[in-house]
Amino acid sequence: MKKNENLSFEEAMDKLEKIVEELEKGEQPLEVSVENFKSGVEMSNYCEKLLDDAEKSINILIKNKNGEVEEEQFEAE
Amino acid sequence: MEEQFSFDLEPNKSQKAFRPEPLTVKELNLYVKDLVDRDDFLNNVYVKGEISNFKRHYTGHLYFTLKDKDSLIKCVCFKGYAGNIKFDPQDGMQVLIFGQVAVYERDGVYQIYVKGMEQDGVGDLYKEFEKLKNKLSEKGMFDESHKKQIPMLPKEIGVTTSKTGAVIRDIINVTTRRFPNVHIKLYPVAVQGAGAAETICEAIEYFNREKNVDVIIIARGGGSIEDLWPFNEEITAEAIYNSKIPIISAVGHETDFTIADFVADLRAPTPSAAGELAVPDIKEVYWKIENYKKRLAVSLKKKLENCSLRFSKIKKSRVFTSPDILFNEKRMRIVYLFKELENKSNIIIKNNKLRLVKNVSRLDSLSPLKTLVRGYSIVEDKNGNIIKSAKQLNKSDEIKITLNDGSVEAKVV
Repeated sequence: MKKNENLSFEEAMDKLEKIVEELEKGEQPLEVSVENFKSGVEMSNYCEKLLDDAEKSINILIKNKNGEVEEEQFEAE
Repeated sequence: MEEQFSFDLEPNKSQKAFRPEPLTVKELNLYVKDLVDRDDFLNNVYVKGEISNFKRHYTGHLYFTLKDKDSLIKCVCFKGYAGNIKFDPQDGMQVLIFGQVAVYERDGVYQIYVKGMEQDGVGDLYKEFEKLKNKLSEKGMFDESHKKQIPMLPKEIGVTTSKTGAVIRDIINVTTRRFPNVHIKLYPVAVQGAGAAETICEAIEYFNREKNVDVIIIARGGGSIEDLWPFNEEITAEAIYNSKIPIISAVGHETDFTIADFVADLRAPTPSAAGELAVPDIKEVYWKIENYKKRLAVSLKKKLENCSLRFSKIKKSRVFTSPDILFNEKRMRIVYLFKELENKSNIIIKNNKLRLVKNVSRLDSLSPLKTLVRGYSIVEDKNGNIIKSAKQLNKSDEIKITLNDGSVEAKVV
């Protein structure tokens, strides 16, 4: 489960949904169910982390004198 | 002098005989008004010309003169119809007017009551729009299969619109409300006029080059077909089609459809709707994840309970509580089989005994010794041959006579 880091939010949510559905069916042997529960919890925490990790940032792109594009904080009028 | 005022219908009639009652001015004007009102053609006319002396009255009515190089006519567009006009009329503009010719009897003038007005040359734009739409549609640029999915949770959102005005404000408001820590990069562009399409393309290409956003919103507010034109241009369509980053298009009012809308990966009816489509509602997503966690816990608990139940049930089974049952059955079987074996063996022995006795008895009855007891004897000659007939014997033969309890030797007399 270390390969988590590269999953997009969408992929992680999809995986999480599949794990939940499998677990709800209850057809897997006990050890597998316990393993899946653990993965499920890990996946949920990963998704929540993606949501938590952020700070608001609204920037406007401006061409400076050298023709390069810079970012500046944007205030709507 | 009088002749000037009489109608000379029949030259031989007396000059004073026929002279109609003179009309009042009002009557004449009403007559003309009636004539005009009843004329279907004049009730629905299309007229083209140039606007001059345009005045927007405080009442909301519009007054102007429509002219061409030879003539002019006064026009009025009442407030109720003025809302239909989708552009800002200016003196000098070439326009197409739809309306009704009406006589204003007070002044003895006729004018046009304008119901709708378009800029002339706009018809051409509509034709061009349809032509381009068909061309690009055939090229496959509107194909659903080419459209990309909008990411559920974009890390960065690129916005291409004017940096002033309601559009960017609305997009920022809607997105921050749904997802407070949203990341937006605004690439400001002109959204109408010459060169606007080029700047829009520049913005899309910039985002694609830098790969610094996960989704792009291109937006502008409502306007006339000329205002929206940059979003109908072929270069804009190409830029949108070739973008590797998904694009949401929100151009004009809900009922406006531009070529950008058809090519984009997703069309939003308004800029605010674009904001909703670009980011998820963070509360909803948190709830969804919480819900998954609950379901995981409930399912695992259920699974454990089920396994525990199964185990209890098995433990209670007689196999575990009274295992000797298994043995008892087997034991009983052994005993039974042994008994069977015994019985059968006894029977065989008994039968054999019986046979033996029977045979012994038969043997006994056939035994010659029994006959001897009854008085018979066995006569043998000196060679041991048994004599069965008297003729076999001669005088002086030595014979052996075996009786029941012994034998004697004798000579035949």
